[in-house]
Amino acid sequence: MCTVCGCGDGAKPGGLALNHDAAHRPGSAHHHGHDHDRGQGQLHFGTGPAGLSVAGVSQARLIEVETNILAKNDALATGNRRVLRALGAYAVNLVSSPGSGKTTLLVKTIAAMAGVPLAVIEGDQQTENDAERIRATGAPAIQINTGKGCHLDADMVGRAMERLNLTPGGFLFIENVGNLVCPAAFDLGEDAKVAILSVTEGEDKPLKYPDMFTAARLALLNKVDLAPHTDADLDAYEANLRRVNPRIDILRVSARTGEGMAGWVTWLRRQHAAKTLAKAG
Amino acid sequence: MHEMSLAEGIRQMVLAEAQRHGFTAVRRLRLEIGRFAGVEKTALAFCFDVVMRGSPAEGAELEMIDLPGVAMCYDCMREVEIADRLDPCPICGGGRLVPVAGDEMRIKDMEVV
Repeated sequence: MCTVCGCGDGAKPGGLALNHDAAHRPGSAHHHGHDHDRGQGQLHFGTGPAGLSVAGVSQARLIEVETNILAKNDALATGNRRVLRALGAYAVNLVSSPGSGKTTLLVKTIAAMAGVPLAVIEGDQQTENDAERIRATGAPAIQINTGKGCHLDADMVGRAMERLNLTPGGFLFIENVGNLVCPAAFDLGEDAKVAILSVTEGEDKPLKYPDMFTAARLALLNKVDLAPHTDADLDAYEANLRRVNPRIDILRVSARTGEGMAGWVTWLRRQHAAKTLAKAG
Repeated sequence: MHEMSLAEGIRQMVLAEAQRHGFTAVRRLRLEIGRFAGVEKTALAFCFDVVMRGSPAEGAELEMIDLPGVAMCYDCMREVEIADRLDPCPICGGGRLVPVAGDEMRIKDMEVV
């Protein structure tokens, strides 16, 4: 008799035994994952809930999960990506250390792209300062405050997207929390991560934080107007970026003086056009 | 990096699995962590103990299995195993390597009662 459910008890044990085993197959309504004596000459290791045997572990109690810890975030990011694709919008996830000039760069980018529909999601631990700077340009912006969190996640971005009423065919800029570590692991549903690195941060920064620069499709080497006043070696910055990510695009810009900004806007337009073409194809 | 978020992700998955499989307690939980995943294992173990309180995995033994780091060398165009993200290619000595495996962080299995 089955001690869990009591089945197999009764007047006709012989006939019932077969039915009972059948009823206990994984997936059947009656199945509740316990071992049964399978009778003479049979040692079956693949019938437990896990479908396999691991030495030293009772197989009925081993549950195979094989799931990414960030699976929930990844699923939400896929949902965001689907929404953006349906809208024909191109989304950029801007990542950098604090103080690299992300918000100034965005303000100048918005000015340079006058007439193109775009919206901004700002991520910071506290304050609405950045969203206010973006709104002053006339562009719609939502501020996400992460509180103690060190990165934006796909749920936060999805909720912000709902409130933004995104325009079809436009751009979505997501300014992540200033942090070169955690945002690398959290997919938001963006089309590309763009890393911003200012020339005062040190040429070896890509080597110190390789994950972020590996995940980025483009690196903007910002504040190049300051380079002559410091000992910054711009070629060394580029060599180190290419060392951690041989495929990365690199543009030298100064949001303050406007140097290189046309190239950045061209890069954005090309990426958007390529996405639109891929969708049509 | 964000070990607290990871521990919370594990807790959500434990609760979902408990509902699906009808178990009450997790005795042991095994994770697979790639060398390039950027996970601080001691920090994750600490967060795990704190975050699992009040869940079926409270007091569960946490085991972390290392997965190798594999990268594509852009100089000799071969896949090679490296211990550290910035190691040179063991075959040609090239320095331009892009990870192709080793960023995994997943729950492998759970021993439950």
